[in-house]
Amino acid sequence: MINSDKNYDAIVVGGGHNGLVCASYLAKSGKSVLVVEANDSLGGASSTREFFHQFSVSACAQWLFQLNPQVASDLNLYGNGLELAVRDLDTIALAEDGNHLTISGNTLSGVGVSDKDQQAFVAFNKQMLKFCKLLAGAFNRRAPKVVESNLTDRLTLAKLGLGMKLLGKTDMSDLMRLALINIYDVMEENFDNELLKGAISLDSLLGSHMGPRSPNTVYGYLYRRMGDVYGFNGPSVVKGGMGTVGKAMGNAAKAVGVDIETGIKVGKINVDVDRATGVTLSDGRVINADIVVSNADPKSTFNTLVGLANIETGVARRVKTMRMKGDAAKLHLALDSLPLFTGLSDAQLGQRLVIAPTMNYVESAFNACKYGEYSQAPAMDISLATVHDASLAPAGKHVMSVIVQYAPYELDGGWTDEHKENFKQLVIDRLSDFAPDLKQKILHSELLTPVDLEEQFHIHGGHWHHGEISLDQILMMRPFPGGSQYGTSVDGLYLCSAGNHPGGGVMGLAGHNAAKEIIKRGKSA
Amino acid sequence: MIPHDETMILETPFHSRCLAACEINLWEDWKGYRSAAAYTSVEQEYFAVRSNTGVFDISPMIKYRFTGPDAGAYLNRLVTRDISKLAIDRVAYTVWCDDNGQVMDDGTIFRLGENDYRLCAYARCLDWLMWSAEGFDVAIVDETAEVAALAVQGPTSCAVFKDMGFTGIENLKPFGMTKYPFQGSEVMISRTGFTGDLGYEIWIEPALAEAFWDAMFEAGKLRGIRAIGSAALDMLRTETGFLQAGVDFVPAEEAIRTGRSRSPFELGLGWLVSFDKPVFNGRKALLKEKEEGSRYAFVYLDVEGNKPAEHAFIYAGNKEVGTVTSAAWCPTAKSNFAFAQVDTKYGKVGQKLVAEIYYERELKWTRVMAECTVIEGAVFNPPRKRQTPAADF
Repeated sequence: MINSDKNYDAIVVGGGHNGLVCASYLAKSGKSVLVVEANDSLGGASSTREFFHQFSVSACAQWLFQLNPQVASDLNLYGNGLELAVRDLDTIALAEDGNHLTISGNTLSGVGVSDKDQQAFVAFNKQMLKFCKLLAGAFNRRAPKVVESNLTDRLTLAKLGLGMKLLGKTDMSDLMRLALINIYDVMEENFDNELLKGAISLDSLLGSHMGPRSPNTVYGYLYRRMGDVYGFNGPSVVKGGMGTVGKAMGNAAKAVGVDIETGIKVGKINVDVDRATGVTLSDGRVINADIVVSNADPKSTFNTLVGLANIETGVARRVKTMRMKGDAAKLHLALDSLPLFTGLSDAQLGQRLVIAPTMNYVESAFNACKYGEYSQAPAMDISLATVHDASLAPAGKHVMSVIVQYAPYELDGGWTDEHKENFKQLVIDRLSDFAPDLKQKILHSELLTPVDLEEQFHIHGGHWHHGEISLDQILMMRPFPGGSQYGTSVDGLYLCSAGNHPGGGVMGLAGHNAAKEIIKRGKSA
Repeated sequence: MIPHDETMILETPFHSRCLAACEINLWEDWKGYRSAAAYTSVEQEYFAVRSNTGVFDISPMIKYRFTGPDAGAYLNRLVTRDISKLAIDRVAYTVWCDDNGQVMDDGTIFRLGENDYRLCAYARCLDWLMWSAEGFDVAIVDETAEVAALAVQGPTSCAVFKDMGFTGIENLKPFGMTKYPFQGSEVMISRTGFTGDLGYEIWIEPALAEAFWDAMFEAGKLRGIRAIGSAALDMLRTETGFLQAGVDFVPAEEAIRTGRSRSPFELGLGWLVSFDKPVFNGRKALLKEKEEGSRYAFVYLDVEGNKPAEHAFIYAGNKEVGTVTSAAWCPTAKSNFAFAQVDTKYGKVGQKLVAEIYYERELKWTRVMAECTVIEGAVFNPPRKRQTPAADF
């Protein structure tokens, strides 16, 4: 709650996970901090929502696989309520004929998996992990500036450069080559198994506006695999749904003295010429603070909260050109009982299931999206969390949560009720190809398009990374070139969302890094 | 589509009249338009403005129109000067900068109505203007081709207009504008110009351009009216200390090499920067520059001798401290005048410097090391420029 007797040092706009992480670190450094969250619950895209009577689901992000362990430990998240129902799940790449492929850490199993692929997969994972470890050195600190770099920035760059050299000749040249090509080519170089190639390619582009043949997908894949550096070996299911992450972070923040106000929107970030002075809430209340940290995505921050008219043209232009249009929809099903997937045991239903039978399947699915249409045969990432966590549904009942790729943010003709219904039925039909009795078990269904995600989670474009993760929008180019290491052109205004380095996913590092930067700059900011 | 045997260069609405007046066919390309560098002789045209009336076709000048409820706020964010108090029917000279506080261009803003402005610029910049419009309710139109315009400059210009029946024109103050009926339509006249003399600029629909030219030249026949080209204008503007974009500074968007653009302070235009208004492009960088100091100082130089110090290096003792951007022997002021950009510490009025001038006479190059002095203002600044009511010459 807002304490009107307090003079807050900092106001964090948005109680998403990065906002809460940032607030906690700021409070730990001795600042008095207020977090204002528009929704009733904390965590942002890390949320649990009852979408049907007594049926709850992770409403946006559905797996935890990238949470940074330093953040988790600094905030004592596991002591503050975070609990994993299960961790290090396998990924099962579904085949229509039931001859699925199971990816379990380094091990591949399934009909027709060749020794060659198995060996190549071990080598591939080893190399990817090496690259991820290198990236990790740049992830937990501010991105260096290229120009005007100071010693800290030069050290980060030097570390990256040295790290690349230390990869050895082969891996270094591989990294430089791979980073710029696409996952399709990399898969073709390494593997024969179509299901394997399809599943990995899906991982490289989930949430983004890319197909397997799009450049930047290799970086997207590395980004996803950062979880391996952070101690994950596959996705985890959070007990109580992803909202528990938000709750735990909220508890952590409160424990270090952060005040949190939920259910009220920040209408405006107040700016006096070029200095942030606080915020105006949607009910008209004005709260002043020398530091305002926006956990809203960069576009919402500048377009709506600050107003493009209140910043200089150069920045306004970069905000405008930032690419952040989400292509991922969410399907939520309340199920009477577990559906039967051809070729899967009930126990296997608790693993991560993906529908990406070939890379061309995924690429074709993307084609539609390029032209403002939704995929006729979409790729999917399926979670049946109730297999591990009965608390999400009444006894014996289940919930299914599906990330559906691709549903363009800007659909031709808009996301009318009719379009939504048609797409939902199409997705359910497609799922039924793998789970023939699915339709009979559906008690309730809900489809969230990127437009719905935008509305529910206040993410411009419904893009869960708060901006495409691609080489032109990472490191010092995130959120945009000239972005000033979590600071902005408005003095006292900082950004801490996934739209900043290192990026999205429930990782917590953007919030962590932003807090470190704010603390470092001190009052002068 | 333009047929292959036709030129792609555009003609201004006054072209037929310019063509007839241009005895020496000395044309140049001004932003895609055929424009006269000189009509007869540069000196004659120069003296027409200083003694009578010179007419320069400024139709090719880039003109943008801004309308809508946020037009004023939009422009105030765009430019460095505070134009929030610019009254209707008034004109303001200003510069606009990029986020780094580097001058993109200079020009004039005409307030035509409550939410109606015109910006006259050297360079096309619609992309920048459109980017700047994000977050504002403003409509922007490039009206360069829709408005015919002439600069009518010189001591007898007011009298010419009076003879045309524009009663009361003498009461128009500098940087004011007014409208008169003309052949069933109207002509807008502003007391503005680029010569530092008594003078006006007229703005009219292209269909009436030739008729206006004819009426004006008829009225001015006995007052020495004459068309002038860009070469004479360059002497005129130099003499009166006006900067020319593309000559005295490189517009920031056109500068390729780092460090080649300039801030308003570095061009002697600090008076155009207002920190007492809401955020504007370049504010932060300019504030920093103001605190930390500029790289260059813009200076007016009185150069000894009569050789124009064109492109001269400037020395303080043996140290090279800057270069000349514009220079001319100024006939009316009888002064050898130059603009230079020098290291900041050599920019104070009274500072003695040396210009290294090269000139050629019949294939013989000569170098003179001419002493020069930093002076306060331009060498040509006659009272008639400001005098209201305008004097009758």
